[in-house]
Amino acid sequence: MTDTVHSAHDEDGAPRRDFLFLLTGAMGGIGTIVAVWPLIDSMNPSAEVLALSSTEVDLSPIEDGQRVTVTWRGNPVFIDHRTAEQITAAEEVPLSDLPDPQLDEARVHKPEWLVIVGVCTHLGCVPLGQKPGESRGEYGGWFCPCHGSHYDTSGRIRKGPAPRNLDVPEYSFLDDTTLKIG
Amino acid sequence: MSDSGFMNNTVVKWIEHRMPIFAWTQKELVDYPAPRNLNYWWNFGSLAGIVLVIMIATGVLLAMQYTPYAPVAFDSVERIMRDVNFGWMLRYVHMNGASFFFIVVYIHMFRGLYYGSYKEPRELLWILGVVILLLMMATAFMGYVLPWGQMSFWGAKVITNLFSAIPLVGDVIVTWLWGGFTVDNPTLNRFFALHYLLPFVLFAVVFLHLWALHRFGSNNPLGIDAKGPQDKIPFHPYYTVKDLFGLGVFLILFSMVVFFWPNGLGEPDNYIEANPLSTPAHIVPEWYFLPFYAILRAVPDNFIGSWMGFVLVDAKLAGVIAMFGSIIVLMFLPWIDKSKVRSMRFRSWRFKLLFWVFFIDCLVLGYIGGKPPEGIFIVVGRIATAWYFFHFVLLYFMSRGERLRTLPTSISEPVLKGGGTPAGAHAKPMEKA
Repeated sequence: MTDTVHSAHDEDGAPRRDFLFLLTGAMGGIGTIVAVWPLIDSMNPSAEVLALSSTEVDLSPIEDGQRVTVTWRGNPVFIDHRTAEQITAAEEVPLSDLPDPQLDEARVHKPEWLVIVGVCTHLGCVPLGQKPGESRGEYGGWFCPCHGSHYDTSGRIRKGPAPRNLDVPEYSFLDDTTLKIG
Repeated sequence: MSDSGFMNNTVVKWIEHRMPIFAWTQKELVDYPAPRNLNYWWNFGSLAGIVLVIMIATGVLLAMQYTPYAPVAFDSVERIMRDVNFGWMLRYVHMNGASFFFIVVYIHMFRGLYYGSYKEPRELLWILGVVILLLMMATAFMGYVLPWGQMSFWGAKVITNLFSAIPLVGDVIVTWLWGGFTVDNPTLNRFFALHYLLPFVLFAVVFLHLWALHRFGSNNPLGIDAKGPQDKIPFHPYYTVKDLFGLGVFLILFSMVVFFWPNGLGEPDNYIEANPLSTPAHIVPEWYFLPFYAILRAVPDNFIGSWMGFVLVDAKLAGVIAMFGSIIVLMFLPWIDKSKVRSMRFRSWRFKLLFWVFFIDCLVLGYIGGKPPEGIFIVVGRIATAWYFFHFVLLYFMSRGERLRTLPTSISEPVLKGGGTPAGAHAKPMEKA
């Protein structure tokens, strides 16, 4: 009797053990991933960091042609009250001249207000051009001193190592003179 | 410990029976047989270990005074400098200790390159060494962020931004690294935690490095294996004394810098508090990262794919790959250099030339890394970067057909039979062993 039980066990038992082994391994693996995720996610931005995600700006004191820098989520945001010439210059550039082709109208809600994140898309430096006297680069927009990226009056990359145009943040006009970023 | 009185002590015997730590110490640190012909280039391994201990000791004490909170981090460092008893000394020792750690380790690595210490059977020992270098770099980078000066902040921002070059998930990874949308307080906190953690990981890998070393023992200037006990001498007292002498010389130089030139290797801009809205005109990493920084910047825009008519890998990603590749390639060196001969002493002038050109190339890269990326510096940086990688290609092909020279038959032979050895050495060479 014992012999029969043993042989039957050997025949069926081995695949069953393999199955149980794989199942245990798989469950253990999934369990580990599930358990590790909170640890990894704890390093993502916390609620209090996310809570700072919108900024309101009063646009009334900003004169024609003036550029202002505000802080949004710890990063500088450039607000450029563009002149008519700057708008025309930005609109007239053929898309074939742009490394990251994008129409000027796709980058603004109102042509006279350009709102862009002032962080170079190369390695994160703050481009120059906000203050009077600072270099605005070869295209009259902004110039990043770190590795020499030139941006035009629409904040689009024209020359240098940066791969993308300066980012346009999410924003809306609450009324004619109030801008809400984020 | 060899003295039998110590080993017969009741407490020692009680411990030894349960954990033979004293016998182990005796075997690995006192009797440990080392080649009799090690020169002063072999001092730098133990020296690196001592610097690591100095760094951990001063680091723990600094951590007791430092505040890893962005609004006050800069001031807490100034408080260490002005108010804490000997705080200025702790900080200057720790700051310059990092520089000297890299000097010592770079010399240690070039020693290994020259004498072929990476070759069979010491490949794993060498690879663990490269892992140690990577850990050192990560630790040093995060430590430099803690004073929260302009260079701290912008160095951190530029280097963490490198990860945004990773396709698809780059931005998600960078946000995760920062714990926010830019380098800010969460970043400072985690860098402090990791800067405290990594040296202990480093310590553990150093232990593995020594474990791998003690398996076959040190390489030596002749690069040949020891033929027997006559080729070796016990580590203590011979090399403990030699290492102590080297330590003395090291501490003289180190003290000169710490006490008379403490900020010489630093950047003045780091004494300006971090300002997230204003980038310094010229961002430079610490000097020990300059060669790698030069490689990072050397890759031209859209270099990789532009010759095929489309862009496969943009310049940013290509630069990052080149920079990390310049260190990873070292891990493969044991298989790139096909020559059976370890020591450069017994390799043709071509290989000696190749070694020294590589050495100079690294210095040139270091110089370029500290210069703005414009004009002639771009050209030289690109040539030097190309040579850095070409060196390994050349080494691979040149070492395949290398004509083997006759090597000395044993370590003791050139030592004892060479010219200028005292009379009597000939007669009984074994006596010295």
